[in-house]
Amino acid sequence: MSLLNVKVLTKAMPQLLSLLLILFLNYLAFPGFFDIRLQDGRLFGSLIDVLNRGAPVIILAIGMTAVIASRGVDLSVGAVMAVSGALAATMTVAGYPLPIVILATLGAGLLCGLWNGILVAYFDLQPIVATLILMVAGRGIAQLITEGSIVTFNEPSLIFFGTGSFAGIPMPILIAALLLIIAITVVRRTALGLLIESIGINRSASSYAGLNSKLLLLVIYAFCGFCAALAGIIIAADIRGADANNAGLWLELDAILAVVVGGTSLFGGRFSILMSALGAIIIQAMNTGILLSGFPPEYNLILKALVIIVILLSQSFSSAGGWTFIKAEFLSKGRKRH
Amino acid sequence: MTDNPSLLAVENINKSFIGFKALDSVDFTVRGGEIHALLGENGAGKSTLIKVLTGVHQPDSGLIKIDGQAVNVRDTQHAQNLGIGTVYQEVNLLPNMSVADNLFIGRQPMRFGFVNRKLMEQNARKLLAQYDLHLDVASDLSRYSVAVQQLVAIARAVDMSGRVLILDEPTASLDRHETEILFAILRQLRARGFGIVFITHFLDQVYEICDRVTVLRNGKLAGSALTAELPKIELVSLMLGRTLAVATHDTHRDRPAPEIRQFSFKGVGRSRSIAPFDLDIGEGEVVGIAGLLGSGRTETAKVLFGIDAADTGQIHIDGNPVLIRTPQEAISYGFGLCPEDRKSDGIIGDLSVRENICLALQAHMGWFDRLSTKQQVILADKFVKAFDIRTTDIEKPVKFLSGGNQQKVILARWLATNPRLLILDEPTRGIDVGAHAEIIALINQLCDDGMALLVISSEIDEIVAYSSRVVVLRDRSHCGELSGEDIIPSNIMRMIAAEPEGVSA
Repeated sequence: MSLLNVKVLTKAMPQLLSLLLILFLNYLAFPGFFDIRLQDGRLFGSLIDVLNRGAPVIILAIGMTAVIASRGVDLSVGAVMAVSGALAATMTVAGYPLPIVILATLGAGLLCGLWNGILVAYFDLQPIVATLILMVAGRGIAQLITEGSIVTFNEPSLIFFGTGSFAGIPMPILIAALLLIIAITVVRRTALGLLIESIGINRSASSYAGLNSKLLLLVIYAFCGFCAALAGIIIAADIRGADANNAGLWLELDAILAVVVGGTSLFGGRFSILMSALGAIIIQAMNTGILLSGFPPEYNLILKALVIIVILLSQSFSSAGGWTFIKAEFLSKGRKRH
Repeated sequence: MTDNPSLLAVENINKSFIGFKALDSVDFTVRGGEIHALLGENGAGKSTLIKVLTGVHQPDSGLIKIDGQAVNVRDTQHAQNLGIGTVYQEVNLLPNMSVADNLFIGRQPMRFGFVNRKLMEQNARKLLAQYDLHLDVASDLSRYSVAVQQLVAIARAVDMSGRVLILDEPTASLDRHETEILFAILRQLRARGFGIVFITHFLDQVYEICDRVTVLRNGKLAGSALTAELPKIELVSLMLGRTLAVATHDTHRDRPAPEIRQFSFKGVGRSRSIAPFDLDIGEGEVVGIAGLLGSGRTETAKVLFGIDAADTGQIHIDGNPVLIRTPQEAISYGFGLCPEDRKSDGIIGDLSVRENICLALQAHMGWFDRLSTKQQVILADKFVKAFDIRTTDIEKPVKFLSGGNQQKVILARWLATNPRLLILDEPTRGIDVGAHAEIIALINQLCDDGMALLVISSEIDEIVAYSSRVVVLRDRSHCGELSGEDIIPSNIMRMIAAEPEGVSA
């Protein structure tokens, strides 16, 4: 088992090193970066902030990992966040009790995911096209729900999901961590992980082996929609309102990026949900660092691009056996010298 | 017509891909005014030869001559300029553009920098009239049937090249009437002095229209002859690589016929795929399926296993009527299938040997009842040892194994599910000699252990070696059955070659 852990750690090296480097740069730019203090029973500090702000993308990345591992992609998660945020806000304003609001919102996310899943699995649409439909239509649906205005609310129980805390830890972090643990457990304690990888690598051969690949795809997309709805609730609760046009805008790209930075190939197959979450944290650490450093935010996007290029290159370098190559070269040179 | 000088000739062509000789000293000559059939089973080298002729691949050595002049075909464009036109099986036209556009794309008549549509459509009508085709050339190509699209593709190829026409399985998706129209046009082109290379799997069509036949086998020239001088049975033996003289059955193993045949398929078929057939298989017997490529071998397997579910017929297992509409249902009745195309339908390349072996069993157990890693390792170790699967360890991705070892992994995947009926589609294709013998021994042993097996193979010797009964397929229907002493290669080949009633060679 310890051998396996060493292997896993080696594989995660590029991401871990990048994260450490970014955290260190953040520290240089803002010496108080690692300070954490307890105030009014809640943890505060830049590190906590990274995790708190990163929580929605972590949640999205969990669902997106399963989709990408099945050799698909879900472009609609940002729009689904807008739909769920709009629904949560509108229902709360209309006076529905919190449990009903949450259930309805998560249910709506599941439905959105099912819609994507049906298009992909049963109508054999290409995932990028199938989910593009809801990416566009979703914002329209969200606007219909909010009737074109930004719906604000002041219901403390819902706001709690965005800004509350439990045992000192902010709710978004708790929710993301809980979902992460549940998702990893389910995927690795059941056969789902293996079966998802199998259809992602070779769907035809998987069907020949007796996998119900259509049903599995449906479940994967539904789960991704569920994650998007959860992220949508957190964002809406955080800003105490629903903005159909801007909630979750472009977050589908951050989620895809997090998965790719985490090492899951866009061609499907092997995946790691934990690494995707790490990818999401790396992205957020960069965002926070640039804001703290006082750089103009325009640099954010360019720096992000640079860091991502470095991470992806180092990944392909190590997966192509680059380190082994260098080590072997170095050793043979060393031997020659003796 | 056969005395005409050669129009296109290749001499001593060699072409290798990594570690694999696709063409081995092949000679091939097409004369003007003849239709020349190019035959061979899958992987015989037909497509490679065509690709060399049309400049897609460069030969490693050898000469290509046009009108006796050695030429170097640089690319497909160059081949066209040299007069070699090709129509591929999947028509490579643009269905969303007009017929005229398709005929003249890339060489439209221009006026003032714009396409002169009027002139182009006029030319298109004139061109198609030569073939007695009167279409609305301004309408989209997709409005017309596949047959007409094929004819448009031929018209375009003829107009652009004008000497040699290569047709890769042009009749594969045509019905009888459409084939007649195509043949009429081919005869007309032959009369105009074209050299036509005709690739097909339908032997009847060879005798109907071709003047000369060339057969390739395993990248080598198996033979070339005038159609009129080559009896069909000899053509089949050329394709399968054996002659009647050496056909013996001393390797055949006699088994007692099972008392009960537990698996019964009555009138099972699927339209446009395989004609309804009856098939009974009992535990402890091997039923061999013989037939040429395209005769419905793989289609039979797919219908039985529920991949392309049957649309007619009844299936009984142990006397109970059952429905098989998906592989999952087939597996639940104890079926297993090792598919013909190992790479696309068999292995999950990036998964480890262990995971590949456990996949079917895991899929059958469901999503939530996971085989623990320990159980998986035990299972994989067992089969790796039993089948002598050569791999450095069971965690190696299966794509790094050789073909024979991959085949054993897929066999192991099914045996892990304890199947009652195992369907093997070309289990020995593309694997080395050693693994070949091991797999045949395994088939015999599984049968002795009481499994029911259905084995599809294009290797007649092999079928003879392990089959208790042999079903022969021709033209997408089951046309005969042999058992006991009758299972000898010559009988199988006669049944494959037999002509359908009412058509004379």
